Amino acid sequence: MAKQTLYDKLWQQHVVHCAGDGTALIYIDRHLVHEVTSPQAFEGLHLAGRRPWRAASVLAVPDHNVPTTTDSAGIDDPVSRLQVTTLEQNCNHFGITEFGMGDPRQGIVHVIGPEQGVTLPGMTIVCGDSHTSTHGAFGALAFGIGTSEVEHVLATQCLRQRKSKNMRVLLQGELRPLVGAKDVALALIGEIGTAGGTGYALEFAGPAVEAMSMEARMTLCNMAIEGGARAGMIAVDQTTIDYLRGRPFAPASERWELAVANWRELRSDPDAVFDREVALDVSSIAPQVTWGTSPEMVTDIDGAVPDPARQADAGKRESMELALKYMGLEAGTPIKDIALDLVFIGSCTNSRIEDLRAAAEVVKGRKVATSIKQALVVPGSGLVKRQAEAEGLHQVFIDAGFEWRNPGCSMCLAMNADRLQPGERCASTSNRNFEGRQGQGGRTHLVSPAVAAAAAIAGRFDDARVA
Amino acid sequence: MDAFTTLRGLVLPLDRANVDTDAIIPKQYLKSIKRTGFGPTLFDEWRYLDHGEPGMDHGKRPLNPDFVLNQERYQGAQILLARANFGCGSSREHAPWALLDYGIRCLIAPSFADIFYNNCFKNGMLPVVLDEGAVDDLFAQVEAQPGYQLKVDLPAQRIVRADGAVIGFDIEAGRKHSLVNGLDDIALTLEQTELIREYESKRKTEAPWLFGGEAG
Repeated sequence: MAKQTLYDKLWQQHVVHCAGDGTALIYIDRHLVHEVTSPQAFEGLHLAGRRPWRAASVLAVPDHNVPTTTDSAGIDDPVSRLQVTTLEQNCNHFGITEFGMGDPRQGIVHVIGPEQGVTLPGMTIVCGDSHTSTHGAFGALAFGIGTSEVEHVLATQCLRQRKSKNMRVLLQGELRPLVGAKDVALALIGEIGTAGGTGYALEFAGPAVEAMSMEARMTLCNMAIEGGARAGMIAVDQTTIDYLRGRPFAPASERWELAVANWRELRSDPDAVFDREVALDVSSIAPQVTWGTSPEMVTDIDGAVPDPARQADAGKRESMELALKYMGLEAGTPIKDIALDLVFIGSCTNSRIEDLRAAAEVVKGRKVATSIKQALVVPGSGLVKRQAEAEGLHQVFIDAGFEWRNPGCSMCLAMNADRLQPGERCASTSNRNFEGRQGQGGRTHLVSPAVAAAAAIAGRFDDARVA
Repeated sequence: MDAFTTLRGLVLPLDRANVDTDAIIPKQYLKSIKRTGFGPTLFDEWRYLDHGEPGMDHGKRPLNPDFVLNQERYQGAQILLARANFGCGSSREHAPWALLDYGIRCLIAPSFADIFYNNCFKNGMLPVVLDEGAVDDLFAQVEAQPGYQLKVDLPAQRIVRADGAVIGFDIEAGRKHSLVNGLDDIALTLEQTELIREYESKRKTEAPWLFGGEAG
């Protein structure tokens, strides 16, 4: 049999039927649902008189609209509130499990799936959210879909898909201190561009990946979509299995043993052929900071804002000029001279316990600069929040002048009340620096939790090591 | 879903690469629980000079005269001519819904982001990928000639330019069939219920832990 990649194996295990035109009907094991991309899908089911094919495969949670202030009795914005109550009503009607707003397990959908063991190796996992690629860290085939496909999966447990090409990102070497998965992801996107992975399923492999925790692997896979790849994935190893053992929805006893034996096969064959390979020596990666309005517009923290005049490609030059205008930056400005107004630590990219520990490590015993208007820490889930509080991390943040918030997507996309005002500049651990992403006219610099924390202390970008 | 066969329409050129779905439809409008009504807020932050919120009378908001969508010559456009990686970022189907609600049925670009590309087909919209050179030529022609129209012929898989030149394009047979006939994907898949059941029972034997009681 031909040597297979991890993606080939996952694909093959889920083919229900191959159509003649190169597409296949594939079976979906797990469907995660949030309030923003599901109401029209549920409405479609209602209108057609259909029921979910397998309601037990679905887990729902509100995350995009939820307030993060601790004293909130509910959602002030009536439009947001309607969306959240609509999810609740739909879940009740169709018999779908939902972690509602009062549930301690509530949080960002891509944080709670793995946390609960709802995400398991070997699964196909979809969600009406592009950052579903996160779950690929567990040796799963996980990708974002649109609302019509949400309805399709609810109704049929399947999706019609064309198989992607295979791409491997080989990460060699050892990370420098205070450089993490976020920096690797940004450096990679800087290298391949935001469309570099379009049409590919991306596998992260190599010693640097093997050395990473599950939290770091999730950060890496989360950002695959920012490189254009719908799915990012990593082979199962002991780290994966140790993370999942004992999780509430993970299998137990004999089923666990059976599952683990099966999961250990979820890796690319040694001689498997990839359509494209990219190798990166991670020991050469410095902390990364984006300077523009696309994640590929990124440089080292020791670098400077690039000069569009030195870009030979006319299209790219124009994009750079537009980006610098929007960002209010001059070519040649050292990154470390960029002063900030806000700092946001959170999002499905960087709101897990390890991210909060990394930020707290930098913050400990220091104060947020007086020039910073607001510094937010938004844990990824109620359970991450509880864990951080048990470790005393919340006190480190509060003592320094950070606001310690409740879980949700928050300022990553500003659908709730947490947002930038026009012209405000934010160091953010989220995943997109698009125009208006964090609030109309807001200026986003994507960074790791350590760099965001150091920026809060210094009031500008500063190397976490010297903060 | 509405069928798509042929379309002759005015072309709107959006000369900007990596247009993301946040730009196509900003987040505040994603709070809607409907599929329609997003047209007036398509490209909201580029199109208007003020900050938009749901519930506003968008017809009374100040327009940005520099944004191409607001130029008189492009009013009534049904075809959007775009640059590489159009529709990147968020998976929000509100992006194609907004384009469709505005009146766009066909998009032409050198490349599209995967999820956006897929979402278009679910809404009776045709995204056409042409090579960079062909797209460059179209931009030049559209900008040079007010009222510039293209004819898009999906059954024949070709685009006819105003000067009569014909450009062929590729599309998956299954997608084309669904679009040309306006088929409901869910109904089509449900025709394969037996196969899905068969797969499911095989999967239950091979990987019983995936079916262990209540999952989520």
